[in-house]
Amino acid sequence: MQKPSHQSRQWGDAVFRGLTLLAALVMVGLILVIALQLIKGSQPAFARFGLGFITGSRWDPVHGDFGSLPLVYGTVVSSLIALIIAVPLSLGIAIYLAELAPQRVRAPLSFLVELLAAIPSVVYGLWGIFVLVPWIRTSLEPFLHRFLGWLPFFQGTFYGFGMLAAGIILAIMITPTISAVSREVLLAVPVSQREAMLALGATRWETIKMAVLPYGRSGILGAVILGLGRAIGETMAVTMVIGNRPQVSPSVFELAQTIASIIANEFSEAFDDLHLSALVMAGLVLFIVTLLLNIIARLLVWRVARAPEGMSRE
Amino acid sequence: MPWKKSKGIMVLAMVLALLVLATACGKSDEAGKGPAGGSDGKAQTVYLNGAGASFPYPLYSKWISEYNKVAPHVNIDYQSIGSGGGIKGIIEETVDFAGSDAPMKDEQMARARGEIIHIPTVIGAVVITYNLEGVNTGLKLTPEVIGNIFLGKIKKWNDPAITAINPGVELPDKEIAVVHRSDGSGTTNIFTDYLSSTSPEWKEKVGTGTAVEWPVGIGAKGNEGVAGTVKQTPGGIGYVELAYAVQNQLPYAFIKNLAGKFVEPTLDTTTAAAAGAVASMPEDMRVSIVNAPGENAYPIAGFTYLLLYKEQMDRNKGTELAKFLWWAVHDGEAFAKDLLYAPLPENVRQRVEARIKEINYQGEPLFK
Repeated sequence: MQKPSHQSRQWGDAVFRGLTLLAALVMVGLILVIALQLIKGSQPAFARFGLGFITGSRWDPVHGDFGSLPLVYGTVVSSLIALIIAVPLSLGIAIYLAELAPQRVRAPLSFLVELLAAIPSVVYGLWGIFVLVPWIRTSLEPFLHRFLGWLPFFQGTFYGFGMLAAGIILAIMITPTISAVSREVLLAVPVSQREAMLALGATRWETIKMAVLPYGRSGILGAVILGLGRAIGETMAVTMVIGNRPQVSPSVFELAQTIASIIANEFSEAFDDLHLSALVMAGLVLFIVTLLLNIIARLLVWRVARAPEGMSRE
Repeated sequence: MPWKKSKGIMVLAMVLALLVLATACGKSDEAGKGPAGGSDGKAQTVYLNGAGASFPYPLYSKWISEYNKVAPHVNIDYQSIGSGGGIKGIIEETVDFAGSDAPMKDEQMARARGEIIHIPTVIGAVVITYNLEGVNTGLKLTPEVIGNIFLGKIKKWNDPAITAINPGVELPDKEIAVVHRSDGSGTTNIFTDYLSSTSPEWKEKVGTGTAVEWPVGIGAKGNEGVAGTVKQTPGGIGYVELAYAVQNQLPYAFIKNLAGKFVEPTLDTTTAAAAGAVASMPEDMRVSIVNAPGENAYPIAGFTYLLLYKEQMDRNKGTELAKFLWWAVHDGEAFAKDLLYAPLPENVRQRVEARIKEINYQGEPLFK
């Protein structure tokens, strides 16, 4: 009697294993199918422009001249601006919620932060057009220009629309993601870590800085990557405030364009095969950019994870 | 040993699952096609599938629901997926008819199974809207001024070229902020068609299309995006559909036409543009009607078309489609004005009638 029951248990294991493996393979398969489709669809554009597609800076559907440099630039820079704003803000929120906030504030505040994550991006876009953009045009841009105008980043016409607006909108959109995940990470830090620090006579701030944050850094980095992923792929809110002008300019006041945004804008009315193929190829470029950023982030996590946990050695 | 076995089973399970998945996909595909190709339908309901331009969608939905009262056995569906998608659909024969804001190009026609008939249904007009304090509807603009503004050559509102044609209007010393559509659009096609026909420089540098490389300006998505951006930007100027401008009470410009008159964009002046263009209209009606002759012709206008094969593959469907089109350009036109579309002038309608009578099944005309 023993043997069959043992066997059936193995059976169950095998089936379960098979099912989970299948789930994992479906994922891999999906990525492969998407990549293949993108490569296939971008053949005509690749045949025409080759690698010049990556360095080219024109986007002229009428004369069939396409280059993705300004789009990649817009995608990467708007996401970077978003990270520069969102990471410190989110860390602040996470630390406050996990470490410092009084119990009765925590729940409602966490709820509010997560509520932000549930707002559809088109609503962010509308809010961007009607509230954020006028404010940027009449207050933020003149302010930045006045005090930091000697930097090439803060020069040019005050449109309100543009790279800066896109970066700020993205920052607001990814803050809930980063702060919610970071908070969970901080909450998972063992109490013993904190107690040990406090026992050594450390202040609250020193405890957070030296015991809690270093312990959770790989998790926090993961949260940042998650936010970056959302920023890179965001379409609707970005297209509504970025000004949709494919150009490379150091100034964040200038109009710009991202890959996701131009695909969403032009795909439905792209008559011409070359135009269509150029849009698919832009998608492929986005795919590669995302992949590269993820690899870099992964490497970062590895490095950070290998370093000793707890207080870092200077 | 059991390890190896389980591996084999696993592979088997995976293959099975994939097979199930594949067949399921295949089946749903067929199921999707079923009702569309329903010539053998028991209830004798005829399904007509259409897709394309979004600009006439509100009117087409109205037509479809009204026509259903006249002919309950005809079930028409129109998806507003954009003109590009519509043209692709008719070429690949995934739809029975398509909608497009621009006539098909020769190379697109060449890829289709046979001759495609263009049926103009209504006329759309594009108006120029702006955001100038104290200046309401009625700013006067000439083709040269419009061209130079959108080329970025006229930069200020108090440029002599603008003030000269607007005596008595207080124009500020403010920079002009050009706003254009960022999404591919039939509205952009009509507008750039107009710019190309009036400005040789525009024609050479930029050209005509649903999406172009704009020399200057902020790109905004949709009519609502352009209108919103102009509203938010002091000194802004942009173009939107006439219907959208009227519904949202945007200020718009009067534009100098070929006859030298500054014309207000209205449904009547839009219809007048089509009437004026009819003399030079080719037989197949694939034509641009911007800058049309005629005293009252508003110069930035264009037909929106329904496209279908002259040679129908299914007798039943072809007959019902022809009947529907006939109804649309006769009874249907009565609904146009309420929805702010400019109806066809009588002389264009006569041309359309002739085209509908050419629809046939193996040489036999389907509309009698």
